[in-house]
Amino acid sequence: MQIEPIIGRYARMEIHGRPHRLYWEESGKGIPLLCLHTAGSDGRQFRAILNDLDITSRFRVIVFDMPWHGKSSPPEGFQNEEYKLTTDGYVDLVVTVAKALDLDRPVPMGCSIGGRVVLELAKRHPEMFRAVIGLQSSAFAQRYFPIDPLHKPNIHGGEMCAAYCYGLVGPVAPMKERWETLWHYMQGGPGVFKGDLHFYSMDGDVSDRLGTIDTAQCPVYMLTGEYDYSCTPQASKETATLIEGAELTIMEGMGHFPMSEDPKKFKSYLIPVLEKIAGP
Amino acid sequence: MIEKLQDLVNGNPGLVRRGKWTNAVMLLGIGNANWIITIRAGQIEAIAPEGWTVSPYDFAIRGTEEAWEKFWSPLPPPMHHDISALVRAGKVRMDGDIDMLLANFLYLKLVLEQLRGHYAPEAA
Repeated sequence: MQIEPIIGRYARMEIHGRPHRLYWEESGKGIPLLCLHTAGSDGRQFRAILNDLDITSRFRVIVFDMPWHGKSSPPEGFQNEEYKLTTDGYVDLVVTVAKALDLDRPVPMGCSIGGRVVLELAKRHPEMFRAVIGLQSSAFAQRYFPIDPLHKPNIHGGEMCAAYCYGLVGPVAPMKERWETLWHYMQGGPGVFKGDLHFYSMDGDVSDRLGTIDTAQCPVYMLTGEYDYSCTPQASKETATLIEGAELTIMEGMGHFPMSEDPKKFKSYLIPVLEKIAGP
Repeated sequence: MIEKLQDLVNGNPGLVRRGKWTNAVMLLGIGNANWIITIRAGQIEAIAPEGWTVSPYDFAIRGTEEAWEKFWSPLPPPMHHDISALVRAGKVRMDGDIDMLLANFLYLKLVLEQLRGHYAPEAA
């Protein structure tokens, strides 16, 4: 038996003025690296980062499941509500968690919806964060598929979510990691992926606000997979040109879930960014 | 060429198991050529060219020749490695009973992927 160094705990806290029970995992010591999972998934996407001694020797890696996701519960009364992630709600969530855990100028690293929200964080709260890392990050993502089938009684939601994400994993990703990534999607709560996509392709367009991000105060690093057809390399390039000083690297062969679909290859792209933040 | 799909799918027990409850008639459009693929309990029962009069089907997935050629190449380029990517790129479109198609989408994506590395255009 081998026990991983990751510690997972539950916290009770007020989020958006309502009591929540939130699950988070962490590993390591140093600069807080606050990881944000993709829409409809959970913190397990960052399992390799949490287990990587080269990273956890210098960074305190923290991964929380958003409310409604993974082991974090939805708030009381959820059965009477439709879950919809909004820009304000998402920003408030990350800030609330960072404050509750008393993190000293953490580095948010988010993927997809997380990659979008880190741009908002750099814009709204540059003093709170020493840098942000956007994975599969773009100002906006055009909707190209209907989202209602993600939550419909005649279609299995878990299978549907995995089908939508199947090709978002790059074609050369190891099978083990590809299917682990899809498994997380198969386990999402009904309508949760759909609710996150409200932010991704409806509410969360930051195009008009990017120009005012001050990368001297809060550097912006972006890493995007070559094979992502949701947040395309082109979309990330256009976003990066709107943020003066933003640094974008396109990751060869990778899809939409770099930290989860191919952790080994992703590490080769992430380490240089972390070295810029922490020093070599 | 496309007929190979029958053996590739039926000889794949994991895929047949995944499609245990999939019963559908799919039209697969490759350029101007339309194929009717009949699926019963996850197995491909028949693959035949679309009839010249009436060929009923549940749903259709239609793409350009170039799109399928790239999709079925051993390592497809970006935007050509997945049906959803091809839809986004405007090179594949789907019609018919979309709910039925999507309810079986993961299985169907895996079915169509089976031809990867096995396809060459008829003219070649």
